[in-house]
Amino acid sequence: MEKNPWREQFPQLAGKDEAFLDSAASSLKPLSVIAAVDHYYHDLSVNIHRGMYASSYEATRLYEEARAKVAAFIHAKEEEVVFLRGGTAALNLVASSYGAAHLQPGDEVIVSQLEHHSSILPWQALAAKVGAKLVYVPLDPELRITVDNVRSVLTSKTKVVALTYVSNVMGYITPLAEIIALAHASGAIVVADAAQAVQHLSIDVKCLDVDFLAFSGHKMLGPTGIGVLYGKSALLAEMEPIEFGGEMIDEVNKDRSTWKEAPYKFEAGTMPIASAIGLGAAVDMLQSIGLDAIEDHVVRIRRYAFTQLKKVEGIVIYNPTADTGIIAFNIEGVHPHDAATFFAEQHVSLRAGHHCAQLAIKALGIEACLRASFYLYNTYADCDRLVAVAKEAVRFFKGVGF
Amino acid sequence: MADLDNLYRQIIMEHYKNPRNKGLSEQPGYVTAHIKNPSCGDDITVQTLFADGTVKDCRHDGHGCSICCASASVMTETVIGKTVAEALLLADNYLKLVSNKEYDASVDLEEAAVFAGVNQFPARVKCASIAWQAFVRTIEEQK
Repeated sequence: MEKNPWREQFPQLAGKDEAFLDSAASSLKPLSVIAAVDHYYHDLSVNIHRGMYASSYEATRLYEEARAKVAAFIHAKEEEVVFLRGGTAALNLVASSYGAAHLQPGDEVIVSQLEHHSSILPWQALAAKVGAKLVYVPLDPELRITVDNVRSVLTSKTKVVALTYVSNVMGYITPLAEIIALAHASGAIVVADAAQAVQHLSIDVKCLDVDFLAFSGHKMLGPTGIGVLYGKSALLAEMEPIEFGGEMIDEVNKDRSTWKEAPYKFEAGTMPIASAIGLGAAVDMLQSIGLDAIEDHVVRIRRYAFTQLKKVEGIVIYNPTADTGIIAFNIEGVHPHDAATFFAEQHVSLRAGHHCAQLAIKALGIEACLRASFYLYNTYADCDRLVAVAKEAVRFFKGVGF
Repeated sequence: MADLDNLYRQIIMEHYKNPRNKGLSEQPGYVTAHIKNPSCGDDITVQTLFADGTVKDCRHDGHGCSICCASASVMTETVIGKTVAEALLLADNYLKLVSNKEYDASVDLEEAAVFAGVNQFPARVKCASIAWQAFVRTIEEQK
């Protein structure tokens, strides 16, 4: 087996005879992240911002240091980085706060069928409430979002363009920079769902000029329970919080209260402190390896797996031209849940279903599919196993009468 | 792999390919229940016709994996002709069996007993359960 320089950092893989190919659902967590989380619980375990004692200062310092690391990672200012429960909470905050304040009856929100449910449903719910309209970008024949197709649906009524940066089913990269320029020229803001992008692509929010960008910690080597909303300072400043409670207030009066500045006004209650600190450690690891090196590896591994898999008779692949480490496929005539059980029995961990993107699955004209997703710790041996088990699976299901 | 092989080779594949009592009835009197497993897309509708405290007819429609579709087919064959009390007892024990809970082994689950193999595959328990859960719902609704 080839030497993978990063694999030993992931204790979840140690001593296991398993090809883990579900990183698009959640990445594995390296020792450094586990240690950072452990340090908080083991040595500090106290609340942030409030305590007038050493361990509280230290916890606060680590929490804010994590924010600074995330900010540097995406080239944002610290005050533009809001910690939230996950990418879902981040996208919901934009719709519930910014969206609710700005959308008028008849306004339009552009989304796509490639969106994860968390990038459509907050806008769908809001649109229904205010009488705005969801407009779907037509996808090209490969089911990609193109600049021209966005241009074709952009109108003076478009207030928000909410698109995925990288599709979690197809692995396509959306040409966001051009779309953002186009949207701004027409007076709309752009909300990017970067949950599948931030662990693969270097993101410079200033260069991109994106208005909001959301992602989760746990898909980028970090802990669960933490996510990030980047928002331009001016936009965050004008937004009202949607959760009220401890720590987000400036002054509380009987009838009317005032809030802290962003990001704190959006971080009500006790935050997932350990997870935020762990996310900081995850960013450290991604920075020290370099996203370019990671993506180079992922793309090579994925290409290798794809080249072998497409030769297997009975396998249908839906995204031959994917830009990142995802293969969406099925065994012809076999429901993916039946297939996934076979793969699981042979220690190949895949995702089966609609991947929280029912519209993408419908666009493919199928009920569900299998998804193999690759990340830095995957090896050529993992790919070989995927392909070998795929061959066995085709044989098995044919044998039992599918 | 022997577990998986057994699971499929028994009655399951036969029912998957040749489902019994499939397709919903247009006739009045049927009680309908619909259950979906949103995480995998299994989607089953069950219709039951009750008369004089017995299950006179039971039909199913929908889509899903082989285990889901086959269990719906086997379920209808198993419950038709039973009294409501018998059918409920069967459903209760079947659901316990597939989810690896303690069940009454003296209850004869007939063909449905082949789904015992599902309890080796925790990820598939839901697939084997939803048709029976929908059937139980039709019993609850006719009361």
